[in-house]
Amino acid sequence: MAKDVRLLSEPFKPGAFIGPFTDAHPGLGGVCTFVGEVRVDEGVEALELSHYEPLTLSGMEALADEALARFDLMGILMLHRVGVMRPGEPIVCVSACARHRRAAIEAVDFAMDHLKGNAWFWKREQRAGEWHWIEPRAEDHADLARWR
Amino acid sequence: MAVKVVFLGKLADLAGESERGMAFPLDWSGLLNELDAELAEAVLSDKVRIAVNGEVIANKIQFHAGDGDEVALLPPVSGG
Repeated sequence: MAKDVRLLSEPFKPGAFIGPFTDAHPGLGGVCTFVGEVRVDEGVEALELSHYEPLTLSGMEALADEALARFDLMGILMLHRVGVMRPGEPIVCVSACARHRRAAIEAVDFAMDHLKGNAWFWKREQRAGEWHWIEPRAEDHADLARWR
Repeated sequence: MAVKVVFLGKLADLAGESERGMAFPLDWSGLLNELDAELAEAVLSDKVRIAVNGEVIANKIQFHAGDGDEVALLPPVSGG
């Protein structure tokens, strides 16, 4: 079982990672990919994600290991941007491949809920030239509770 | 050498810097003494966690840091 987990500080094209990821798992029955992008939102000029090196990547690695242990996967790919992004740019990409579709679909859903609600990232958005921190949302905790 | 204290997220804005050196040994009361009132109040919140050398401390008021250690002050993550 392969995992590929990365923090990226520059814009990326998900397809450039997903192609080689699926090619590396011949015999798969299904691959499920989610790509999250910076929403085009009235007044939002940019989004900045900050992270803490000693915790963020190791936390993502642990999450990938948990997904591999929990679902019957052949491999998982987990990419997350940090730094300043513009609307329309990809922020996150999770892809899972498996012999059977449900494991791949559920693993991606699981990984995304945990990346959103539990991973060590802090976000702020720029509106009219001013930066505003984004506070945690109740929905994120509800999303995490689905998996307990 | 000293203890490196790292401020994450909006705590960095309140601190006006992303990290600060503090004298060792450093514990919870020593840390609060070093922070100005607004920052100390933010750090007192139940939602702010503390990591020492990349390990999140279960009960932050029991953290202890010595020479060369890195203490991170972690506000809640932003979510979606």
